[in-house]
Amino acid sequence: MAGHKNHDYHVLPPSLWPLVASVGVFTMLFGAVLWFSPSVMNNQPWVFLIGLGVVLFSMVRWWADMVAESRAGEHTPVVRIGLRYGFILFILSEVMFFAAWFWSVFKHTLYPMNAYPGSQYVPPEIHAVDPFGLPLINTLILLLSGCAVTWAHHELTTDGDRRDVKLGLLIGIGLGVIFTGLQAYEYRELILHHDWVFGEDKFFSNFFMATGFHGLHVIIGAIFLFVMYLRVRAGDFTAEKHVGFEAAAWYWHFVDVVWLFLFLVVYIWAL
Amino acid sequence: MADATLDHHDRRGFFTRWFMSTNHKDIGILYLFTSAILGFVAVAFTVYMRMELMDPGVQYMCMEGAALTPQADCTPNGHLWNVLITGHGILMMFFVVIPALFGGFGNYFMPLMIGAPDMAFPRLNNLSYWLYVAGASLAVMSLLVPGGNNQLGSGVGWVLYAPLSTSETGFSTDLAIFAVHVSGASSILGAINMITTFLNMRAPGMTLFKVPLFPWSIFVTAWMILLSLPVLAGAITMLLTDRNFGTTFFDPAGGGDPVLYQHLLWFFGHPEVYMIILPGFGLISHVIATFSKKPIFGYLPMVWALIAIGALGFVVWAHHMYTVGMSVTQQAYFMLATMVIAVPTGIKVFSWIATMWGGSVEFRTPMLFAFGFLFLFTVGGVTGVVLSQAGIDRAYHDTYYVVAHFHYVMSLGAVFCIFAGIYYWIGKMSGRQYPEWAGKLHFWTFFVGANLTFFPQHFLGRQGMPRRYIDYPEAFALWNEVSSWGAFLSFGSFVFFIGVVFWTLFAGRRVTEDNYWGPSADTLEWTVSSPPPEHTFETLPTPDMWDHQRGH
Repeated sequence: MAGHKNHDYHVLPPSLWPLVASVGVFTMLFGAVLWFSPSVMNNQPWVFLIGLGVVLFSMVRWWADMVAESRAGEHTPVVRIGLRYGFILFILSEVMFFAAWFWSVFKHTLYPMNAYPGSQYVPPEIHAVDPFGLPLINTLILLLSGCAVTWAHHELTTDGDRRDVKLGLLIGIGLGVIFTGLQAYEYRELILHHDWVFGEDKFFSNFFMATGFHGLHVIIGAIFLFVMYLRVRAGDFTAEKHVGFEAAAWYWHFVDVVWLFLFLVVYIWAL
Repeated sequence: MADATLDHHDRRGFFTRWFMSTNHKDIGILYLFTSAILGFVAVAFTVYMRMELMDPGVQYMCMEGAALTPQADCTPNGHLWNVLITGHGILMMFFVVIPALFGGFGNYFMPLMIGAPDMAFPRLNNLSYWLYVAGASLAVMSLLVPGGNNQLGSGVGWVLYAPLSTSETGFSTDLAIFAVHVSGASSILGAINMITTFLNMRAPGMTLFKVPLFPWSIFVTAWMILLSLPVLAGAITMLLTDRNFGTTFFDPAGGGDPVLYQHLLWFFGHPEVYMIILPGFGLISHVIATFSKKPIFGYLPMVWALIAIGALGFVVWAHHMYTVGMSVTQQAYFMLATMVIAVPTGIKVFSWIATMWGGSVEFRTPMLFAFGFLFLFTVGGVTGVVLSQAGIDRAYHDTYYVVAHFHYVMSLGAVFCIFAGIYYWIGKMSGRQYPEWAGKLHFWTFFVGANLTFFPQHFLGRQGMPRRYIDYPEAFALWNEVSSWGAFLSFGSFVFFIGVVFWTLFAGRRVTEDNYWGPSADTLEWTVSSPPPEHTFETLPTPDMWDHQRGH
């Protein structure tokens, strides 16, 4: 039967957002290059910011479309399975992204270029961070945050109290924000008071890029959880149907696990 | 619930259909056209390079200006040369072959062959396409903005090796890096989509080992993209911060190590060459089975060979780096692991031959290209085994022998697959059939031209001519001239092919049958009309439509 759908898969109407998002990405990255280059625009970020704005706008509109489709019942069980597969695969690609940064840390710790002067992994003159001070506290904070999100998830899947779902999410987000704040505090202390710099040495390069990318993911994950909080408040999600929530929780746990490895490798082992 | 938009499929406007698409077939066509345009640009670069290399001395690429006629007074412009090889490599690797095979045919035919109504995430699919366009635009822009040597463009080679790429001035290299980032994001999203579609949307009853080989090859390729491209993204992010923010990942002055970049690059780069060729493997299997009028020989080993090649592809990367000072133990490992790949590849080649064996082989154009592929890929594979040996690679490293080797597997192997796919499916995609004589003429000119281009490069490599040089001594003149004539013939053949495609699209004989190759083409795309309706398999196919219980 032409023109009539006899299956449970999701056939979508045309959408403008992929095109808008890609124009935004092009503008953003071209703008970033102009921003980096002293010769062109005196290091002005405007083109970058306009592109970023377009990207964020299309993300919001795109996901708003998805929420609307979910509410309209387009996300049948088989579509939900697909969405879960998709998100797990996305996390897998993120894992491999971090593999590159860990690769660099491992390479530089295991095989420092000793034949060249001044090339032990940790430059002797640097102020070492005690991994069992603030970094350990931060580890516990992030793990606790994961527990709170799991609690919220549990309450949701067992048709528990919706207030507990919201509370668990808020605690999880709050702890995530505290983690980010403490990381920022650590960066600030190290740079302002202990002569750490961004760059100049492969140790600083590895430390700031690896923990920095993790920090970026914490911020993204916290926003993701906050959107889920808003959706719970708006009455979305049932015990069976909560793909977005599940994805946010998975993402949060992924961020957690990356931190555990960073704590082990970058703080305890390499510092 | 029924989707209201399904009712207006005949009233889609041009903009809605091609710029807002959520339709895997339309997106597949967009991919094919875009990669053809970029392919033409990348091929044009090589024609100009072959003009320059035709005779010793520098006649065209002059500081006085790039000329189209030989100049008597010419100061060689090495930067222009470097920009062209870089542009050729980046465009071909990231923006032509993978988008054509994986994005184009993968999008169009993978869902059709597994009986899926569309991709799992149709909107994301379009994001993959437009990000690919955004990335290609950044790549082309990078050729036109200030780069090294106070000229335009960056000449650091497609591999973007540090320290060359971290010291190239201007911002051309930054754009090239972002171009690769965006193309990578596009491919990763595409891979997520393909894997999910394959796992979640196969026709009822189609268990994993009943899936045809082309979807299988797309599935394996998608896994390789998913796992290796993010590592490249990390590596080139390090390049970017080394260039702009003073990090020293690859700068020995700050304790960094340029060889680390090579490891990260090739951890992606070697899977990359299999991502390029695996969809071709899948496609060729269907072409050979169709025109031998026999089911594919050894379906199950063919699937496992694909998986094995995919897995082995991840553990052999450093065979690109034998000369960087790795220990002998490391070299021995990478050498042995690399040679192991010849086993699954051999399984595939012999299974293709066994498919033809005793079959009633009909040399239509797609089959000619498949045959050409088989010959050329085997030549490239054999030189690959030669190069895999660390000791021999000492002599061949960075010579034209390597250039000949990887063009035999990629330029000839993968590109012959693309042509085979186009001739095989153009009737299905457009509803019009190409003229057989024209396809055959294209094949023979291209086959002769490509061999004439690349076979002599083996000799040049053995004579010791290094790759990536604008000029060479008199001793290499003969085979360079032959190679250049071959390149011009191939280019003429490519232009002729473009003409054939447009002639077919606008004036080709209309295809009336669903299955114009006859009953031996028995996968699901041959059960829908030519061209297929906007939405296919609105009622999911039943096993009798695809399960012929043959061959496995």
